[in-house]
Amino acid sequence: MSTPEPSTMPLSTATEGIMNPGTNDSIWTRLVRPTSGQSVLITLASSVAAVFIAMIIAGLLLLVTGKNPIDAYGKMLHAGLTPVKLVEAMQRATPLIIAAVAVAIGFKMNLFNIGVEGQFLIGMFFAAVVGAKVHMAAPLHVTFVIIIAMIAGAAWSGIAAYLKVKKGVNEVIATIMLNSIALSVIDWLFTSYFRYQSSASLDVKSKPLPKTAWMPVLFTVTSKTGRSTQHQTLTSFVLIALLVVVLFWLVVYKSKFGFRLRASGYNAVAARTAGISSSRMIVVAMLMSGAVAGLAGLPYLLGESHAYGPSRPDGYGFNGIAVALLGRNHPAGIIAAAFLWGFLDSVSAPLQIAKLPQSIVLVLKAIILITVVIVNEVVGRRVAKRTADRTAAQLALPTAAVAA
Amino acid sequence: MRKSKHIAAIALVASFGLIAAACGSDAKTSNTAAPSTTTGGTMAATTTPGTTGGTTGGTMVKGLKLGIAFDTGGRGDGTFNDSAGRGADKVKSTLGATVDELEATTADDRQPNLTTLTGNGDNPIIAVGFAFGDALAKVAAANPTTDYACVDGYYDNATPNVAFLSFAAEQGSYLVGAAAALKSKTHHIGFIGGQEIDLIKTFEAGYIAGAKSIDPTIKIESQYLGAAGDNNAWTSPDKAKEIANGWYKAGADIIYTAAGGSGAGTIAAAVESNAWAIGVDSDQYLSAKPDEQKHILTSMIKRVDSAVFEISKDFASGTFKGGVHVYDLKTDGVGYSTSGGYLDDVKDKLDAIKADIISGKIVVPTKVA
Repeated sequence: MSTPEPSTMPLSTATEGIMNPGTNDSIWTRLVRPTSGQSVLITLASSVAAVFIAMIIAGLLLLVTGKNPIDAYGKMLHAGLTPVKLVEAMQRATPLIIAAVAVAIGFKMNLFNIGVEGQFLIGMFFAAVVGAKVHMAAPLHVTFVIIIAMIAGAAWSGIAAYLKVKKGVNEVIATIMLNSIALSVIDWLFTSYFRYQSSASLDVKSKPLPKTAWMPVLFTVTSKTGRSTQHQTLTSFVLIALLVVVLFWLVVYKSKFGFRLRASGYNAVAARTAGISSSRMIVVAMLMSGAVAGLAGLPYLLGESHAYGPSRPDGYGFNGIAVALLGRNHPAGIIAAAFLWGFLDSVSAPLQIAKLPQSIVLVLKAIILITVVIVNEVVGRRVAKRTADRTAAQLALPTAAVAA
Repeated sequence: MRKSKHIAAIALVASFGLIAAACGSDAKTSNTAAPSTTTGGTMAATTTPGTTGGTTGGTMVKGLKLGIAFDTGGRGDGTFNDSAGRGADKVKSTLGATVDELEATTADDRQPNLTTLTGNGDNPIIAVGFAFGDALAKVAAANPTTDYACVDGYYDNATPNVAFLSFAAEQGSYLVGAAAALKSKTHHIGFIGGQEIDLIKTFEAGYIAGAKSIDPTIKIESQYLGAAGDNNAWTSPDKAKEIANGWYKAGADIIYTAAGGSGAGTIAAAVESNAWAIGVDSDQYLSAKPDEQKHILTSMIKRVDSAVFEISKDFASGTFKGGVHVYDLKTDGVGYSTSGGYLDDVKDKLDAIKADIISGKIVVPTKVA
């Protein structure tokens, strides 16, 4: 591999030269231009195929256990494709979108941030207790709480970044440990300093945020069946989640910084040769990932509970990993995958009422994940082989021309 | 299921504002049974304060649909949720109700599950666990014609269609306290609480008062495993065992533990020290291993199952009332177990005390003096 002199060339050309080692061309092209027609289509097709394959496998499982899969899926769609359930799916997707973006930022730098779970809890906790201590005007207060959550999340992931860069600790191990430590730290801080018992309720929480820090409801859908009314609200934090996705796309895919990040993540040694410090990129990516992760608990905090309590939500971090994988770290893919996850969660209750095991939802999710990984691996190899053949053919052409 | 839903839909259209039958056998009569329709109307009306309820008898109410929303854990936890489940089973078999059960997987499931049950036409709907407070407040306010109950739950400014099911744990604790004082040879007993919250303090207060009523000079140790909000307090058998072992060594011979799963630690310590443990919530003798059974003197039983049954029966008979419901000795909401027969010699005395509490002759304190 011949390396052009980096100092005399514009950075992008230099790296492109480095990152262009013959057969890997196609992957590099996909990294630089993820929106180029073919690769997106292939990625989309393989993800959709994975979902269908997963449904078939889960259907077989249902069949083996004596349930009718067609009936089960029919009930799922029948219950899920109603305005109330679709909005519920969106509401459930909101934190997953944010968590998945946090995971995807890490993936783009070749970092596996398993610590989104701990980072979001830390972010939510500090947002709740710090936000309750101050008083300011509504838009400012919300902004303030959001910034606190991001700082707290980034600080927590920063520990893993420090350990990786300075001590060489693998970020997977560091973030897993930090998840567990986060839980203990939060429990200790909450129990010792931030309990706020306002009524006879056993559901003890921290001091509630002032109303100026609440996020309004974006809209409510109502469905009346006979005597009872179903309400489902969508918290306006979904707009911030979408903003996060757009920013993720702009920063990681469209900016010079994002280019360096992805270059460094793809081949740290090569990027370093081109003058990109991988240590710096690791730190920046980890901090960004943690900052975004810190936001994941806010739809619940600012939209529903308005205080931190032990009956908090959990699992956003781990589901975020699943959503990022299924969405192939792509902004649109993440939104679609998060919505699918939200949809599956939202039909869990109707399935239980129909006496179908709710675990089918869990099984579906798990099989979808495994299938996505396998299908993508298979498709990736096919594509790589085809590109390799094509490149070989192209390389052969000039030779042939010369020969002629 | 689909067919019966269809029938249910027709019945709903036929009589607006009423709970329709979902099981096939009921459906046959629901089109023609005018009286049951009237009852249904009255049921809905009882949510308005001041309205007198209907007069339907307690048994076999047409089209009663009970919704149960479990918190994370659900059936199979061995204590709390299973007890609620037993109550639901009894509603099903005694009142002929259809029961729809939903189990939350995460905090995000609580409100949607209540909403789903509401939309499914379940009425009443019982949320099992205090963590449902926030979710219930929203769903109940939006559905004034559906009645809700929350086991152990409470929140301020609740709408009249919400009943909070709480238990006079101090009364049951008073009885096991008296039992402990009667059986203690060393005049030295102990109490281990889970979270240091008002609820668990009522267990402690009753236990101490009961013991002192028998033996005013008895020595009573008392300790909590965690502060309010510290959920580890319910799942730390190690900690409970350490405390219990210390007390047993110091001469205590009976320890009552009101700390959920942590209580297993006290039982283990009782086995090691050849002493007595007192269980809580359900009859722990029944779920214990044979070598442990010999050390479980009794259990303070908190009848979540009868609370679930009673509130459903209230609803069925049109006498559902919102607000705080306290289940006590009189309604068999709390009590003590006699499995193992270790209390046979003092059972008469305990039953006399029980009668005095029911008659009001003994007033059990809810706060430690």
